[in-house]
Amino acid sequence: MDNPTPGLPKFEYIKPASLDEASAFLVDHAGEARPFMGGTDTFVRLRAKAWHDKFMVDVKHFSGMNDISFDPQHGLTIGAAVSMNRIIESPFVQEHYPLLAQAARTVASYQLRSRATLVGNICNASPAGDTLGASIVLGGVLRVHGVGGEREEPLTGFFHAPGKTNLRPGDIATAIHFPLPPANAAGIYIKLNRNNDGDLAIVGVTALGYPDATAASGFRFKLALASVAPVPRVPVEAEAILADAPITPETIAQAANAAMDAATPIDDTRGTAKYRKLMVRNLVKRAVNDVWEKLQ
Amino acid sequence: MAHHTITVTINGETEIVTVPSHMTLLEMLREELALTGTKNGCASGECGACTVMMNGAPVNSCLVLAVETDGAEIMTVEGLAHDHTLDPLQEAFVESGAVQCGFCTPGMLISSKSLLMRNPNPTDHDIREALVGNLCRCTGYVRIVDGVRQAAKLVASDTK
Ligand SMILES: Cc1cc2nc3c(=O)[nH]c(=O)nc-3n(C[C@H](O)[C@H](O)[C@H](O)COP(=O)(O)OP(=O)(O)OC[C@H]3O[C@@H](n4cnc5c(N)ncnc54)[C@H](O)[C@@H]3O)c2cc1C
Ligand code: FES
Ligand code: FES
Repeated sequence: MDNPTPGLPKFEYIKPASLDEASAFLVDHAGEARPFMGGTDTFVRLRAKAWHDKFMVDVKHFSGMNDISFDPQHGLTIGAAVSMNRIIESPFVQEHYPLLAQAARTVASYQLRSRATLVGNICNASPAGDTLGASIVLGGVLRVHGVGGEREEPLTGFFHAPGKTNLRPGDIATAIHFPLPPANAAGIYIKLNRNNDGDLAIVGVTALGYPDATAASGFRFKLALASVAPVPRVPVEAEAILADAPITPETIAQAANAAMDAATPIDDTRGTAKYRKLMVRNLVKRAVNDVWEKLQ
Repeated sequence: MAHHTITVTINGETEIVTVPSHMTLLEMLREELALTGTKNGCASGECGACTVMMNGAPVNSCLVLAVETDGAEIMTVEGLAHDHTLDPLQEAFVESGAVQCGFCTPGMLISSKSLLMRNPNPTDHDIREALVGNLCRCTGYVRIVDGVRQAAKLVASDTK
């Protein structure tokens, strides 16, 4: 009989002395080494024999990786190794980016969030990642150290497929930066799952709204959908509808339908494609209504 | 295969252990240090039976590498009682019938301990939220929530 709780396959644990050394090692061992953060996705994949890496390259100890800082002019910077719990408990996040804290709180369990990181959630690029939507609508930009030096990766356009992003061998995300949120913004993340807590999303809807004089409706809404496409999906038509026509129950219903049309889900153990599409419509309606009420 | 010699404080005692890279904290505790109070239920972060405190925060020890605990402070269920006196949580668990087969209990106790450390006066909702990552196949949870609530009261009355 298979051991139901197998140990980890053999690998070497590497703790490089510098980011340059880490990137160089990752490039030299492309395909058999990966950056190691909280390990919560990595261990499960290794045990399931879906991943076969020979080297785990720990990158949590570098300078700045464990810091959260807020600058009232420029916004919030979260080091890549900062755990979800520290983000949730950060006064900066609670005051200026409550949506991020709310989304992070829906991830798994308290003890898992002591280790799981926001940047790991993003780099892992699962369509079900609960914090991807909030990170996108809040304008998150990853800071990346690669063999060619430092660069920035805005999350728009970052995700290509499950597990596939703009990151290349040697790349290490060192932090995520969020600009100041728009004035008077309100947001919500609605996660539909099989039980109330501790499960992956069947559908996740993130909505952020704020007054914007340049929009015909006077408001702009940023939306992101989880678990309904190979990547986090931004329903741009739904966003445009909410910017262009006065916000009424009819406009919101129309936007919810557009979001449903943007979703391209699959059937899996958590739900069918058809159910997911309908839930996108219902939950987008609920999310936009909720944000709209908060904006009044 | 690379081995690493680490120094880790476990329940207040300093241990020097040599571990292979791929050994988890859970395996080190159970198999190298004979601290078998911490349980292996799923080895995938789902059940919480392996929960221990690492530098003051509860973690799934099946998802932490032993080598990563170099320099860390770990508390396991064996570290809860002192001089043959049970922790108030352990007393309350016994009194409220929160233990049946006992497999989930070490993890439940550590998660509850962490909750009471950050929130000495939790609501039932807080308790349930803190225990989302700890599965129990016996009790139906009600008595576990009772136990944590009772422990919070015990601690509050002791410190008055
Ligand atoms: C029981 C369980 C429940 C879970 N529930 C949820 C849930 O409800 N919602 C949810 O969204 N997720 C959930 N997850 C998934 C996981 O916990 C999250 O995705 C977590 O945020 C991953 O972060 P990590 O730091 O552990 O990443 P790791 O496992 O360390 O890394 C994940 C991947 O990203 C890469 N990576 C990580 N950091 C970097 C970096 N700085 N630079 C470059 N690449 C990097 C790694 O190489 C690896 O490929 C769950 C996992 C488990 C085991
Ligand atoms: S054994 Fe670690 S969570 Fe189940
Ligand atoms: S008492 Fe048996 S699993 Fe909880």
